[in-house]
Amino acid sequence: MAEQQLPERQSPLEPDYHPGSHGNFEHGVDVILSETRPGSILQLAAWPGEEKRLIEIIRKVTGLTLPDGAGGGTSSGARAVFGFAPGKFTVVDEAEGLAAAFAGVITPAIGTLTDLSHGRTAIRIAGPKAEWVMAKFFAIDFALPAFPLGAGRSTNHHDIFAQIQRTGADQFDIYVFRSFARSFWKALCHASEEVGYEVQ
Amino acid sequence: MLITCPYCGPRDVIEFTYQGDGNRERPQPASQDLDAWNAYVYDRLNPAGDHNEIWQHSGGCRAHLRVVRNTITHEILSTAFARGGHKAEGRS
Repeated sequence: MAEQQLPERQSPLEPDYHPGSHGNFEHGVDVILSETRPGSILQLAAWPGEEKRLIEIIRKVTGLTLPDGAGGGTSSGARAVFGFAPGKFTVVDEAEGLAAAFAGVITPAIGTLTDLSHGRTAIRIAGPKAEWVMAKFFAIDFALPAFPLGAGRSTNHHDIFAQIQRTGADQFDIYVFRSFARSFWKALCHASEEVGYEVQ
Repeated sequence: MLITCPYCGPRDVIEFTYQGDGNRERPQPASQDLDAWNAYVYDRLNPAGDHNEIWQHSGGCRAHLRVVRNTITHEILSTAFARGGHKAEGRS
């Protein structure tokens, strides 16, 4: 197959993306905000009863093994996967072209594949106060026992739907609709001012 | 008011959308039984107490749920995926 020439993707955050330290950072920077810009963001869904086959396909294609249970997930640095609804999973890869790897494998009998790479924006919040800032935004429990490493959650902030994955003890990746991403980003920056934040 | 989604766990009611009375039985689409259609569209039990309801976790996993809610205290007595097709345990 000929190599596809994809147009360079522009960030929707750009006009409001200002690298450097901001807010109340005299006593240190307590959260770091960044856009991770993964090349592939996919939504996979299994028909009822086909969940285990889809999980097996995800393991074969990405090398990531989903743990049992609602909202379970895992990440390996370049790739991440988590459940966000019954029988539905978000799969992320730093590289483009993950949809092509799944396309022939997820047959119509098993489920569906939706490529959201251009439809979602991935924002990372990390640092000792990441839980604190997230707790101001979302009415869910961000403590490590309730929200374990790798796990995913679906929730929303003022009607902006968000999928959240914990990718570190004090690090979360947030996936929001691209069209709302700049508004969400500005709100997240404002919320981080009190603890001092750095944009990377 | 918290509703415990079977997938997501306890969440604030603001994440959910009420989808109506869970006791309705939709007649077959070809049915010409006007009384059955009238009952489906208009008849509601409106109980003071436990009530079968359909909710959607629209601000989360988007699953449709069967919920039994007490209309006096707003206590949520049970939640389950609606997909199973089983009626919940409230008054019907």
